[in-house]
Amino acid sequence: MDMPSPDAGILARKARILARLAEVLPADAVIGDEAETRAYECDALSAYRCLPLAVVLPRTTEEVSAALRVCHEEGVPVVPRGSGTSLAGGAMPTADSVILGVARMNRVLETDYDNRFVHVEAGRTNLSVTGAVEAEGFFYAPDPSSQLACAIAGNIAMNSGGAHCLKYGVTTNNLLGLRLVRMDGTIITLGGPWGEPAGLDLPGVVCGSEGQLGVVTEAWLRILPKPEGARPVLVGFDSNEVAGACVADIIRAGILPVAIEFMDRPCIRATEAFAKAGYPDCEALLIIEVEGSEAEIAEQLDRIRAIALTHDPVEFREAADEDQARRIWLGRKSAFGAMGQINDYMCLDGTIPVSSLPHVLRRIGEMSREFGLDVGNVFHAGDGNMHPLILYNANAPGDLERCEAFGAEILKLCVEVGGCLTGEHGVGIEKRDLMSVQFAPVDLEAQMRVKDVFDPQWLLNPAKVFPLAASAGRRARR
Amino acid sequence: MRPQSEAELAEMVAGASGPLVLRGGGTRAVGAVEGEVLETGGLSGVVLYEPAALTLVVRAGTPLAEVEAILAAERQRLGFEVPDMRAVLAREGVSTIGGVVAANASGPRRVQVGACRDALLGVRFVTGRGEVVKNGGRVMKNVTGYDLVKLMAGSHGVLGALSEVSLKVQALPEAEATLVIEGLDDAAGLAALRAALGSPFDVSGVARVAGRSLIRVEGMAGSVAYRKGRLRARVAGDVTVAEAGASAALWRAVRDLEALAGRAGDLWRLSVLPTAAAEVAATLGGTAVWDCGGGVIWLLLPAGQAAEVRAVVAGRGQAVLVRGEGASPFAPEAAEVAALSAGLKAAFDPRGILNRGMI
Repeated sequence: MDMPSPDAGILARKARILARLAEVLPADAVIGDEAETRAYECDALSAYRCLPLAVVLPRTTEEVSAALRVCHEEGVPVVPRGSGTSLAGGAMPTADSVILGVARMNRVLETDYDNRFVHVEAGRTNLSVTGAVEAEGFFYAPDPSSQLACAIAGNIAMNSGGAHCLKYGVTTNNLLGLRLVRMDGTIITLGGPWGEPAGLDLPGVVCGSEGQLGVVTEAWLRILPKPEGARPVLVGFDSNEVAGACVADIIRAGILPVAIEFMDRPCIRATEAFAKAGYPDCEALLIIEVEGSEAEIAEQLDRIRAIALTHDPVEFREAADEDQARRIWLGRKSAFGAMGQINDYMCLDGTIPVSSLPHVLRRIGEMSREFGLDVGNVFHAGDGNMHPLILYNANAPGDLERCEAFGAEILKLCVEVGGCLTGEHGVGIEKRDLMSVQFAPVDLEAQMRVKDVFDPQWLLNPAKVFPLAASAGRRARR
Repeated sequence: MRPQSEAELAEMVAGASGPLVLRGGGTRAVGAVEGEVLETGGLSGVVLYEPAALTLVVRAGTPLAEVEAILAAERQRLGFEVPDMRAVLAREGVSTIGGVVAANASGPRRVQVGACRDALLGVRFVTGRGEVVKNGGRVMKNVTGYDLVKLMAGSHGVLGALSEVSLKVQALPEAEATLVIEGLDDAAGLAALRAALGSPFDVSGVARVAGRSLIRVEGMAGSVAYRKGRLRARVAGDVTVAEAGASAALWRAVRDLEALAGRAGDLWRLSVLPTAAAEVAATLGGTAVWDCGGGVIWLLLPAGQAAEVRAVVAGRGQAVLVRGEGASPFAPEAAEVAALSAGLKAAFDPRGILNRGMI
């Protein structure tokens, strides 16, 4: 993975930059020692690492502003960081950058059940947002798999989704307003708890901008009343095509489950060996979850069963109680861990139109043989967001490169059938150089012009999202 | 000017020598801008419709009615319930889907499924530079690059002329029912709406008009029956239930602001916190239609009260002058925010020719 060469001038000024940061921040908020900055050398895309120049861990929006002002004056790139769970390298540093971590900013500032919002600092973890409101019967809907650890700041940066977004949408659909600190230290409020911006939808463009437009320090989030209950069913099929057709029929019938998850045979076998969830040994498996009261759940499951049975499933398993429901989800939730037991893996995140599912799975199977690397597929079938997991051996020379080449081919296929490179993980460094597969130069130029407006000197997370060649001129401005 | 293709649209914008007024059907635009009219009605037709994927890709000038008919034939619809503003704005014309998107026009179901911007999956548009730009796509989950899709929704034509939009659609429900609550004052009637929104019963409409509070549920027949019963047990006042067509007629009236049509005065649309709704409307007076549990207030006021309206919502919401003269439709933004908006407009339309002065 190419990254720009670090700016020698900045590296030479490290002591001065640290001293200036120490002037405006509390002593424990500035880290320059290599032993301590090492914890920030990578995110969850751990194949790529680089020690940052320094790390700052402010506790308030004003401290964020002060730190950014110093970096702005010094011309130092800043990489914003939530919890560092990005799978795309969104929080990976460069040697000449300052990591600005918001993890210490994790307070709940206001809960308002009558108006159904919560106002939090952006370092708060996703799951603990729900934790703050669940006693009153509410929850925060977006639920990325990393929700125990990932921060709202990162969720907003990447516009994170999750398993239940078929019904509840992704981060942008649940974000009412935010506070943002621009690179020059200016603090601004965009939108608010009433949820509609007064002019252009600026919260809408900040969400998903991968930390390149500003540092989000606070957010107003929509909270929803928890449904009365939820229950999954497991349906096994002897072909991917038939499983795909079943998904299409369910959606076509007007049923909107909260989740439809899909696993293929390699993934089923791996998770079964690992988690022993008792899954059938079949070609494709769906986990479909519905919500509501007992009677509403039964009404939906009756329809789903009727549709599924027209496709001759090898198994249709309903959860009779909590324990059985947990076991149905157990394999799915262990899928990544199970694949990790077998070998190192790379997780992709392309989205395809659901109608292309059988074709794409067939092509991935063919490519798997061509590249000589195994791949398992687990994904959100209702919305076409795929997660192919390519297995490789990090210690075998050339394996990572082969894996990346295979991954790139899969993502190109996603674009070719009308989908996109990334559905919920973000571009980061991982898919940066594939952006020109999906976008024409003029499309990328339009996006980069947005960054020009928010961050004219291209100091915020500059070497991400856009192909390095496309952003080179702008990155040279500082 | 009336281009017949996206390429022609791009040529016309690039070659324009002065300000342009972008127009779909001219049925819902706010404010008044000057310049040569550029109509998008020639860019019409469905590009792709996959009912089983809940996605529709359509050219921006396609009439809304045509989109609705195509979806209805497959028992689907636009979930965000587009208002027909013609009666209340005293206009004629054929609403286009591009105009709907440019205005982020959304109705009562917004409380459940979000606004137009939440259903918008992708756009193609021509910038003020005359470039054809695409963003987003036609899949439900897409974080590839910046989200210009949200930026275009509700941008009222100041960033570009839409040529194509992709939308997420939804299935028609098999049943609907509405609780009609009478005998409550505005404060209590709005509190009933908030209680419904805070319940787990997945309401798809919560409005108050002409002294009646309305709470809608939609879905499978058994589920609708269950939820309407549970909600009924929770609310005070005199409750009757409207089913099916009668329920739909009630919500059409809310959506299209029938209670405010044909009446003189300025029409405002306020976004506030639901708990502030009763007090805000009482302070300003006039005739109110409350939607979204009070989060949206449509307010008919005597002309010339812009200063009062903006003072009342300052710091706790926002207000758009939808019909009326003597004030700009949008309030000035805080200086730091205005600088960003101005920067974006200059980036997409450096000559400032698209709907000049709108936002």
